Amino acid sequence: MEEIKGKIKVFLSRFFRKHELGDDENIFELGFVNSLFAMQLIMFLEKEFSIRVENKDMDLNNFKTINSTVSFIESKMNLVEAK
Amino acid sequence: MNTVAVQEKKVNADEKGEEKKVKCVVWDLDNTIWDGVLLEDENVVLRDGVVDIIKELDQRGMLQSIASKNEYDLAMGKLKEMGLDEYFLYPQINWNSKSISIKTIAQSINIGIDSLAFIDDQSFELEEVAFTHKDVLCLRAQELEKILNLPQMNPKFITEDSKIRRLMYQSDIERKKIEENYEGPQEEFLSTLNMVFTISPVGDGDLQRAEELTVRTHQLNTTGYTYSYEDLDAFRKSEKHKLLISSLDDKYGTYGKIGLCLVECESEFWVLKLLLMSCRVMSRGVGTVMLNHIMSLAKKEGKRLRAEFVSNDRNRMMYVTFKFAGFKEIDQVGDMVILENDLEHVQAFPEYLEVKIIE
Repeated sequence: MEEIKGKIKVFLSRFFRKHELGDDENIFELGFVNSLFAMQLIMFLEKEFSIRVENKDMDLNNFKTINSTVSFIESKMNLVEAK
Repeated sequence: MNTVAVQEKKVNADEKGEEKKVKCVVWDLDNTIWDGVLLEDENVVLRDGVVDIIKELDQRGMLQSIASKNEYDLAMGKLKEMGLDEYFLYPQINWNSKSISIKTIAQSINIGIDSLAFIDDQSFELEEVAFTHKDVLCLRAQELEKILNLPQMNPKFITEDSKIRRLMYQSDIERKKIEENYEGPQEEFLSTLNMVFTISPVGDGDLQRAEELTVRTHQLNTTGYTYSYEDLDAFRKSEKHKLLISSLDDKYGTYGKIGLCLVECESEFWVLKLLLMSCRVMSRGVGTVMLNHIMSLAKKEGKRLRAEFVSNDRNRMMYVTFKFAGFKEIDQVGDMVILENDLEHVQAFPEYLEVKIIE
């Protein structure tokens, strides 16, 4: 879990450099989130954690904070292992 | 004889319906652009008529590049001497197979490989490319005089944007070099560009470009609906529709008219039928700006906002754009998904660019 969090933090820090993100801070309230950022985030998560973000998963609530993103990744990875 | 043959061919092509239009013509050099082999004879001379063809294709808004097995510096020097070097984007002058060079060109320009044509004098090279890339239009340099008449080489419209397309791509190359060397965060880089994004209703003079955008744009396109000049003209005048076009400029020059959006206004809600952006502005975040503009207009009018989305294999980014802007799927009709936004949260425009809205 800490490992997942660390990787996500490193990725996000490239976009929110002026600001140290708190684990429960809503990144969508920090300012302008554009589609390129969104796409880069999705591609990063898919590649880094070998998961597929389905259309139904693309819900802001899954990605609004570092902690929610970590839980989302864990739930996807558990699904993969369960198979 | 030749002209007759070409005309017949053209009629046949027209009967079969629309041919896939070429966006980029890739040239071989030896015995194609010039007579002879440069490494054997440094005084090669241009083939008859070749300069006129290159300039005419450029005027039509078609991009051009090179795939040649040659010494890079020597060949570029010769092109410069001939005054032709500026016409070619991402020239591939090396010892790779031409199929690899063709692929590199398509990726660098960021267009589908099926929108390329390749001209070479050697059957071996033409076959090697055709074998790897079945959708590339392969043409024999021996039949150069026919090229301008091919239907694939004749865009339906030549717009203001097509005439300066090469220059716009060249400024892109310049921007990319600077962007690659920029160390800070992306937004900080974007704010150094002094971008101005302009949204305006589609005017008389924009209709051809608007039609061209619906036909040419696949990646950043929410539905892929194509509309004719007449359709668009009707939407423009319709009370029930909003048809908006956008352009982007920065300190390096203009990107031209790069975005289009069609909204159908029902009494209870608005439907976003089409939102598209040229892939040249992909990393500028302006698709989201255009969407936010529509969202705030709908909110101001007290309407709900719906959006149609039709997936193709390349437009996932637009689905992501909708979802991250707070849209939720509410229905599916065939391959079309309908999304809706309650407009509770509408983002402000970003600080890294200036937005101009012309009513």
